[in-house]
Amino acid sequence: MTELKQTALHARHVALGAKMVPFAGYDMPVQYPLGVLKEHLHTREKAGLFDVSHMGQVFLMPSGKNFATAAKALETLVPADIQSLEPGQQRYSQFLNANGGILDDLMISRLGMKGYEHVLYLVVNAGCKVADYAHLEAHMPETVSVMVKDETLSLIALQGPSAAKVLTAFNSAVGDLVFMTHTDLELTGSMETPVWAHVSRSGYTGEDGYEISVKHEDVGRLVDALLAHDDVEAIGLGARDSLRLEAGLCLYGHDIDTSVSPIEAGLFWSIQKHRRNADAGYLGAARVAADIADKSTKRLVGIKPEGRAPAREHTEVQDLDGNRIGEITSGGFGPTAGGPVAMGYVARKFTKAGTDVQLIVRGKARLAKIAKLPFAPHNYYRGA
Amino acid sequence: MSTYFTEDHEWIKVDGEIGTVGISAYAANALGDVVFVELPDIGAELDKGDEAAVVESVKAASEVYAPIGGEVTAVNEVLEDAPETVNATPDGDGWFLKIKIADADELSSLMDEAKYKEYCDGL
Repeated sequence: MTELKQTALHARHVALGAKMVPFAGYDMPVQYPLGVLKEHLHTREKAGLFDVSHMGQVFLMPSGKNFATAAKALETLVPADIQSLEPGQQRYSQFLNANGGILDDLMISRLGMKGYEHVLYLVVNAGCKVADYAHLEAHMPETVSVMVKDETLSLIALQGPSAAKVLTAFNSAVGDLVFMTHTDLELTGSMETPVWAHVSRSGYTGEDGYEISVKHEDVGRLVDALLAHDDVEAIGLGARDSLRLEAGLCLYGHDIDTSVSPIEAGLFWSIQKHRRNADAGYLGAARVAADIADKSTKRLVGIKPEGRAPAREHTEVQDLDGNRIGEITSGGFGPTAGGPVAMGYVARKFTKAGTDVQLIVRGKARLAKIAKLPFAPHNYYRGA
Repeated sequence: MSTYFTEDHEWIKVDGEIGTVGISAYAANALGDVVFVELPDIGAELDKGDEAAVVESVKAASEVYAPIGGEVTAVNEVLEDAPETVNATPDGDGWFLKIKIADADELSSLMDEAKYKEYCDGL
């Protein structure tokens, strides 16, 4: 077995009493002494701080500082419209293979800083990042250089209704950001010397909050300063998973992978109108167009089990006559929903919210309903 | 009344021919907050080591095995609506089921409290 990698915050996780587990090649905190349930609820009520430094951070630098060069090149690999991104804006999209299967999902930002508005900044999943970097290297033209920053940059997320209150004390300008925008600035707060940070108003919990990219050598003191706030608790990967599940957000390797297209995965909204044609010019465009036209393919839906028994990943979904109609891809207990919640794929004619289905849990059929996502309302900040 | 423990962290309190089964504080702590418990049917016949119940945390489901063979005579219905009782008092109100012991000789393969404590310290 290869040795697990550590993030720059590893020693702090251990000192905080975290239970560490291997995740995507890293030794990561799955929970702290508070426990998954209370960490989840704390994030929804106040603010949770997550170490997500295992994720990949990469910049695309076009020659001649020409943004269109980078945008057009990336548009050959993702369905999202990149050319129309304004400085300081970000979009969610997916890398697709030639068959339209999802290789990874990612955040794409156009930097807003004067003199850097030609640069694209991508955040990709930890488990996919090595393949993603190779994919980028293989497909970017000579005019676009791929700069992986995992050796220099950490990434943390501050999520929850108190996040803005907490982070504006470090720089009031972060209060002006709306959901899916970002900026580069100094964070100060109680720290003696400021930390230079890339701050975006986004996250993976359904809550308002920020994702903050800083240098490895600065992340420790920033985390210490954030955790010093009464409203902030360190939150592990366990609660990160239950939070994103309630928020109806896909987890790569579970809800999405190369076997499904973005249309099947319910990610139609992330593909701008003029990018929905077979000739849109990106890998997998034909499949995306075909799946939009073909109403018979399976779809990712929310599934609400009745009663208290959670239905986990790979649980079979049946119609009430006992015919197999699909499978759960993420399932567990939603602390905010106050009961079991799940997502999974079902045949197209069963996707309507309220449809009765049954789940085969340990050999027993249990009733469930197709449900609207999310299970916990999104609390994104879209402006005052 | 004697209490015995398994290497899978179940306990069984023996009172005559009836054993009350639960999971240890060590197990409850390792599982984290219990959100669901699935109990066997009353009258079910279990062999030693059979899956007797399932206990679920936010993260995952874990099996609870019968420490000893016998017939299930009662289950703790409190756990259906208040599964958190397992975390609050794993060795008391958080019991799972009662079993009519088929063969008391099977108890000799289990650990007593001192041995179990030693076993946990070594984990």
